[in-house]
Amino acid sequence: MFGDYSLSDLGAIFAMQGFAGLILFSVYVLMALGLAIIFGQMGVINMAHGEFMILGAYVTWMTSNGFQQYLPSLFPGYFFLAMILAFIASGALGMLVEWALIRHLYKRPLDTLLATWGLSLILQQAYRSLFGAREVGVELPEWMMGSWQATDAIQIPINGMFVMGLTVLITIVVAYLLFWSRWGRQVRAVVQNRVMAGAVGINTEKVDRYTFGLGCGIAGIAGSAFTMIGSTGPTAGQLYIVDTFLVVVFGGAASLVGTIASAFTISQAQSTMEFFLSGSMAKVLTLLAIVAILMMRPQGLFALKVRK
Amino acid sequence: MSDEKKPGLRSPLRRKLLMGMAALPAISMLPRASFAEAPPTSAVNTTGLAVTDSEVTVGILHSVTGTMAISETGSVEAEKLAIEQINAEGGVLGRKIKFIQEDGASDWPTFAEKAKKLLVNDKCAAVMGCWTSASRKAVLPVFEQYNGMLYYPTFYEGLEQSKNVIYTGQEATQQIIAGLDWVNKTKGAKTFYLLGSDYIWPRTSNKIARKHIEGHLQGAKVVGEEYFPLGHTQFNSVINKIKLTKPDVIYAIIVGGSNVAFYKQLKAAGIDLSKQTLLTISVTEDEIDGIGGENIAGAYACMKYFQSLDNPNNKAFVSAFKKMWGEKTVIGDVTQAAYLGPWLWKLTVEKAGSFDIDKIAAASPGVEFKGAPEGYVRIHENHHLWSKTRVGRAKADGQYELIYETADLVEPDPFPKGYQ
Repeated sequence: MFGDYSLSDLGAIFAMQGFAGLILFSVYVLMALGLAIIFGQMGVINMAHGEFMILGAYVTWMTSNGFQQYLPSLFPGYFFLAMILAFIASGALGMLVEWALIRHLYKRPLDTLLATWGLSLILQQAYRSLFGAREVGVELPEWMMGSWQATDAIQIPINGMFVMGLTVLITIVVAYLLFWSRWGRQVRAVVQNRVMAGAVGINTEKVDRYTFGLGCGIAGIAGSAFTMIGSTGPTAGQLYIVDTFLVVVFGGAASLVGTIASAFTISQAQSTMEFFLSGSMAKVLTLLAIVAILMMRPQGLFALKVRK
Repeated sequence: MSDEKKPGLRSPLRRKLLMGMAALPAISMLPRASFAEAPPTSAVNTTGLAVTDSEVTVGILHSVTGTMAISETGSVEAEKLAIEQINAEGGVLGRKIKFIQEDGASDWPTFAEKAKKLLVNDKCAAVMGCWTSASRKAVLPVFEQYNGMLYYPTFYEGLEQSKNVIYTGQEATQQIIAGLDWVNKTKGAKTFYLLGSDYIWPRTSNKIARKHIEGHLQGAKVVGEEYFPLGHTQFNSVINKIKLTKPDVIYAIIVGGSNVAFYKQLKAAGIDLSKQTLLTISVTEDEIDGIGGENIAGAYACMKYFQSLDNPNNKAFVSAFKKMWGEKTVIGDVTQAAYLGPWLWKLTVEKAGSFDIDKIAAASPGVEFKGAPEGYVRIHENHHLWSKTRVGRAKADGQYELIYETADLVEPDPFPKGYQ
C-alpha cells in the first residue's frame, strides 16, 4: 500500500495519524468523564448522558447567536463563556433530575437505566419542540477553524488541539476534586459505605446531588466542545452514547484511571485500524476485541477493590 | 393524530367566533372555485376511497419525531404548501384536498402500521410520504396489498419499480452519471476517492459510480472506497488517507449527523475545498444549515434542484415557501421533490378523470408538470421522473451556485444494465 509514496510523505502522514489518534483519545475521555463519575461513583446508569451533552451544544449555539447579535466585537472569545454556561446549564439540569428522579431509585440501579432512558426521549422531544427538528449550525470564531501548519506537509487541526488541551485541564480538575479535595473524600466515603458515611455526619443526599450535577456539567462542556467537530441536533446525543458506555465499561466502572486507559486503548485501536482497513471494518473489529476482553475480564481493565 | 386539531371549545361565544372565522376563507373562495362543474362522486370514485362531493382525503406520512425528523421536516412543509396552493386554485376535480398527517417516528414498522391505517381506515386517495429507503421498503407491501398510491420524494438507489409508487426524486444513475461525466470533462479528473455511510443507498450509488468511472471514463480509476457506520463522528484517519492518496476528486455520500462531522474535520485538517475538488450527492441546502456554509464552501453537489435556480416557477415557489414557513427556512432537493407529489397527483387525477388507483397508475406515464420549481418534469413509464441533472457549487452563505446542467432531461433507469 505504501510502495508508491516517498519517505517524507509517509513520515508526515504517520505524524498526522498519531495526532488523529490522540485527538480521538481526548474526545473519548471528554465524553466519558462525566459518565464515569456518575456511573462509577454513584452506580447510576445514565442513559441520558448524550442529551446532557447536547444541552451543552445548544447552549453554545445560543451563546454564539447572542454574541453575533449583541457583541460582535467579542465574538472570537465567546467559546470560553459558552463552555462555562454549558457547564452551568447541564449541571443545573442534572441536579434537578437527581432531585426529581434519580434519588428515588438509588436502591434500584436497573430502574435508573429505564428511567434515564425515558428521560433521554423526553429531552430529545423537548429539544425538538424548542429548537426545531433540523440541525443547527454553530458558527465558530475564525481562529478556531483550520489547521496549524507544523511543517510543509504536516497539518494539525486547531480544534483537535483545543479538545486535547481542554481534556487535560478537565481531567486534572476532576482528579483533584475526587482525590484531594474534602468533597472528593466525602464522595468516596459515600460510595464505599453509604450508611457509615451518613453516620459520621456526611450529608449523603447533598453529596449525591453535587456528584450527579458535576457529571452532567462535564457532559455539557463536552457537548459544547464537540460543536467544533460534530453536529448539533435533537438526537445528536445518541451518536455518542454507545462509545461513551463502551469506554466506561471497558475501563472498569469505578475507576477514573481505568476510563482513561480504556479510552486510550480503544481510540488507538480504532484510528490505526481505520487507517489500514476501512471505517466500518475498524468499528467491527474494535467491538469484537472489546467483547472478547470483557468476556475474560468482566470487571473491566481496572477494578476498584472494595470490601463487599 | 389528525392535523386538524379541534379548537378548545370552552365558551359558546368563542365557538361562534371560530365558526365565523372558519367560514370566511370559504366564502372568499366561492367565486373562484368551480364546484358546479365537479363530476359526480360515483363516477370518479368507484373503489370506495375517501372522496365526497366536496372533499378528497390524502395522507402525509413522514417522521416528525426521531432521528429522521431532521430530514423529513422539509418534505412535510413542502407537501402542505402544495396542498394549500392546489386548494386555492379550486382543488382536484372540484374537490378540496383534506390531509391526514401520520408520524412514522423514524421507525420502519411504525411506517408500515401507519400506512395501513391511512389506506384501510382513512381510505386516503393518495399518500405523500417516506424518506429513507428502509421506510419505503417497509410500506411497499402495504401499498401493494391494499392498492394505495405513494408519492416518494427522496433521491434513492433505484432497483425498484412499483405500480403503486411514483418516485419524484432521482434514482441513482440520473444523479450520478451526469455529475461524473461533468467532473471528468471540465476538471480532467482521473482519480476518485469514494466515501459513504454504510447502508444501501451510498453503497449502491458508489457501485454505480465505480462502474462508470472504470468502464466509461478514459483512464480514470478509483483509488479508495470506504464506508462508515451511520452516526460516525471521527473522520481524521480517512482524511489522512485522502491526504496520502491525493485524489483528483473526493466523492462523498455521507449522510445525517456524520456529514457535519466530516466537513468540519475536513476543513480543520487543512483541506481547502477551493483547491481540492469534492463532489457530493448527499448534501442539500438543508444539510448545509447544520454543517455551516463556511465549512463546505467550494464543494460541488450533483442533484436536480437547488434553491438558487433562476426561473419564474422557482422564484414563486421559494417566496411562497418562505411566506408559509418563515424567512430563514431553506429548500433542498428532496423538499422540492416532495412539493411535486401533490401536484403530479392532481394532474394525474385530472388526466384520468378519476380518483381510482388503477386508473391513476395507468394514466401516470406521460403526465407533465410545467410548473415544477426545477423546471419541466414528466413521469416515465417506470413511474420515475424525467428530469435534468445539475451541478452546483456551495457558497459560504449556505446556497449553491448553479455551475452546470444537462441540456436535456435525463431518462430514469432504475435497473441500469451494466451497472449491477
